[in-house]
Amino acid sequence: MPAVIEISTLTARFPQVSARPSGDCPAFNVPASVLLEVMRFLRDEQGFDLLTDITGMDWGVNASPRFGVIYHLVTTKSYDVIRLATECTATEPPAVPSVVSIWPAAEWHEREAYDFFGIRFEGHPDLRRILMWDSYPHHPLRKDFPLAGIETPLPDDEIQAETGTKVMPAPMAGGPFVAPQQDFVSKREPRARDESWNEKKPKPGS
Amino acid sequence: MVSANTDYTYNSKIEGDVIVSKADAVVNWIRTHSMWPMPMGLACCAIELMASGAARHDISRFGAEVMRFSPRQSDVMIVSGTVTYKMATAVRRIYDQMAAPRWVIAMGACASSGGMYRSYATLQGVDRIIPVDVYVSGCPPRPEALLDALIKLQQQVRREPALTNLLKPEA
Repeated sequence: MPAVIEISTLTARFPQVSARPSGDCPAFNVPASVLLEVMRFLRDEQGFDLLTDITGMDWGVNASPRFGVIYHLVTTKSYDVIRLATECTATEPPAVPSVVSIWPAAEWHEREAYDFFGIRFEGHPDLRRILMWDSYPHHPLRKDFPLAGIETPLPDDEIQAETGTKVMPAPMAGGPFVAPQQDFVSKREPRARDESWNEKKPKPGS
Repeated sequence: MVSANTDYTYNSKIEGDVIVSKADAVVNWIRTHSMWPMPMGLACCAIELMASGAARHDISRFGAEVMRFSPRQSDVMIVSGTVTYKMATAVRRIYDQMAAPRWVIAMGACASSGGMYRSYATLQGVDRIIPVDVYVSGCPPRPEALLDALIKLQQQVRREPALTNLLKPEA
């Protein structure tokens, strides 16, 4: 199968772009400084007219650069897919240029990545949270955010006062709970990975 | 030849024009036989809630077929599905808008306890924000389980001191 797009096509125009290891579709590393030009080139001259996905990435608390964004483009002529990965310029707050001016479909994808990773998309027309409520103080898919959550106020002060409840960390009790991938489904009851602690008996060493 | 007995119910010719009962019993009898649900369908349990309203399970056998999407007209809120913290405030507001007497059924694992969603986004049981009368286990529960919960709630309502509750402000 011939490659959808040769790396040479891109590097001839943008020497900063490099190939990226990939198990499926062609993938490229694109620095944030030339992201918009590369995107416009791919859409207008290479026929990648559909943006299917934008993914925020947190490569780990100690990774540098820590945050990245991954784009999947499709050409509706041959339905080939390519992947572009870019790195966020600053660490706090991480930022990349917004591609909403090229693909309006990016608007909600970028809001989602902003909501969960706190990545700022420079030039986005309406960068608000999309799933968590506006006053939520954290970005919950970051690697240093605990799955159970952090105690925060409810979205509505009035209801918090009336019910006397808050956003509380969920009881993990040794979780996350996983079903072992062997034996019959009927016997695969989800179990905590570490059953030595629960709500009554605290986690050893914490 | 034996003729069929046609005296199914109260016969005023025999017993006079008076029935003696307790006001509580009468009020509760009326209440239990027309509980209009407020369908708080939030996830897959709502599909089972719809099934219990459909022909095969037919929730109208128990007087609860009038699903009211207006909280002002409903008696029992059926919280069917995962309650996220973002939705929890809306659930509480809708509950606040329901006129007393009002009851709540927590349908399924998520509404009862957060279910499998032990995460930052999910309210760990709707009883943290509204008082629940009946919990239904299951993920999702079958319509029969919901009907059973409704019958349990009716039994519970039958024991309520309806008149005393009418006169005292709701806590």
